[in-house]
Amino acid sequence: MTDTPFTIAEAETTLFARLRRWWSGETANPVKRVQFDRPLTPWMFLLPQLAVVAIFFYWPSVQAVTSSFYLEDPFGFGATFVALDNYTDALTSRGYLSTAAFTAFFCVVVTALSLGLGLLLAVKADKVIRGAETYKTLLISVYAIAPPVAGLIGMMFFDMHMGPFTQMAAWFGYDLKVGIDYWDTASALIVISVWKQIPYNFIFFLSGLQSVPVSVREAALIDAKSGWRRFCDITLPLLAPTAFFLLVINITYTMFDTFPIIDVIVKDKPANNPMTLVYKVYLDGFKGNDIGGSSAQSVILMVVVALLTVLQFRFLERRVHYG
Amino acid sequence: MQKIKPLDHLILILGALFLCTPVVMALMSSTHAAIDIHSNGLFLTPGSHGAETYTKVLTSRGGFTGDVTGLLMLTNSMIMGLGFAIGKIALSMMAAYALVYFRFRFATLIFWAIFATLLLPLEVRIMPSYQVMSELHLLNTYTGLIVPLLASATGTFFFRQFFRSVPDELLEAARIDGAGPVKFFIDVLVPLSKTMMAAIFIIMFIYGWNQYLWPLLMTTDESFFTLMRGIKSILQVWVGSQIPDYNEAFALAVLAMVPPVAVVVIFQRMFIKGLTESDK
Repeated sequence: MTDTPFTIAEAETTLFARLRRWWSGETANPVKRVQFDRPLTPWMFLLPQLAVVAIFFYWPSVQAVTSSFYLEDPFGFGATFVALDNYTDALTSRGYLSTAAFTAFFCVVVTALSLGLGLLLAVKADKVIRGAETYKTLLISVYAIAPPVAGLIGMMFFDMHMGPFTQMAAWFGYDLKVGIDYWDTASALIVISVWKQIPYNFIFFLSGLQSVPVSVREAALIDAKSGWRRFCDITLPLLAPTAFFLLVINITYTMFDTFPIIDVIVKDKPANNPMTLVYKVYLDGFKGNDIGGSSAQSVILMVVVALLTVLQFRFLERRVHYG
Repeated sequence: MQKIKPLDHLILILGALFLCTPVVMALMSSTHAAIDIHSNGLFLTPGSHGAETYTKVLTSRGGFTGDVTGLLMLTNSMIMGLGFAIGKIALSMMAAYALVYFRFRFATLIFWAIFATLLLPLEVRIMPSYQVMSELHLLNTYTGLIVPLLASATGTFFFRQFFRSVPDELLEAARIDGAGPVKFFIDVLVPLSKTMMAAIFIIMFIYGWNQYLWPLLMTTDESFFTLMRGIKSILQVWVGSQIPDYNEAFALAVLAMVPPVAVVVIFQRMFIKGLTESDK
């Protein structure tokens, strides 16, 4: 990747100038020096993607926003306009707030652990020579395992009858009750989610490390004797853009992609189990039939994600500048 | 260069063990009888019931769901993975081509309209998406399973970046030779993008194969179940049964993870390229 996705010039022009350019079709800095100049051909190429985006992205998104202002009858007999009630209900309900708190906690723990372990393994794998390829293959392969499969395997490890982790906990006299005890379930979710995400972080950190020029490494070797010093003063700053980028990706992962893991472990029985905001959207919408409430929660999440993505683009730009 | 300490290897070995042991245990346990797993826990050595379990999971109806076999779910997962990967590459290459190589009205507007899809993952709009699908009568169809997932611009974004790095001289030369836009696309750009297409294909195949939530909502008809959907079913059956079919669950998990893991291991280099250059 050699250039930035959205150039600064594009972002900082006035609305008026932007509208004028939308109309005339020119961009601030044309992507190509030569371009085809035909009125219809580009639309032919764009049509499939635009159709899919319009039908399966914009239509449902607009519907989410509209139905969040209505209270829908659970049996499908019409809907009443309730303005912001769904939002205030969600934001003041104890269940929603505790789910939000857990989601935040879950994000912090999973992100910290999987970034930390991924970085540790990448630094070591970058260093060793013997067996480097084998380590790499072993550490990467878990990436391909689907979250529900990870959840299933994890569930077996935490099984109350024969799970190895439950037995290990029993040696220390602790009765691990995943699926029943709130914090036991939370720990299981964290372990499984971290396990699934380490390979992703490992791949990015390793490729970040390997793009550090040899000359820089050698200079660092001469300047700093202690490996820890070298790591703090040279490696970490060079990796910072990758780390920022991964931070956003990991938060997004913990918020959304852990859905299957939670579904497998909690199995539609929220009883006294922790869950994330996305899982609550699903439960309230599909199991609880509260379409308005679920939509309002969706919209709140949309805002959160949109903010995260904007952050991601900012860091993506920085990553490109430094890297 | 740097001195390598035994500690470095120890950390790597521990890391590899932490990541790989669960997978090995799942594989090994799937070859034991459910009753042995129930009384002895998970296994690290192969057992003697492997053939039996896998035959049952692959071919028998009613093993864990009403009337769907593992083989059918495997086929559906394959259709899902391949359909998604191919569809994604086709749609996004065409859209990226139009955005990079043409000067036309509303180009910037269209650009933003397409890339706004990166803002919101499917999970935040599942309820309305489901309603739209049922209005369009696309529940329980392959179209309904695959096409809505294509509505995210990840691939378009990637190909746009790639096309921008293609030298301008190629287009100039092609135009001098009298090539039109369609010819230039098919005869120059597509062959040029082969490596990129392969890298993206790997990422997208894994993504499509591993889909869970969408198939869960879209399919109530068991003949459209994918392996991921099957995992959900096998767990639902467990509630209240005497000794859960641990072995069958593990066999299903193994079937669901072997193809994507194999793809990653075999095409490792290309996979890393696809992943780190497309940024998801």
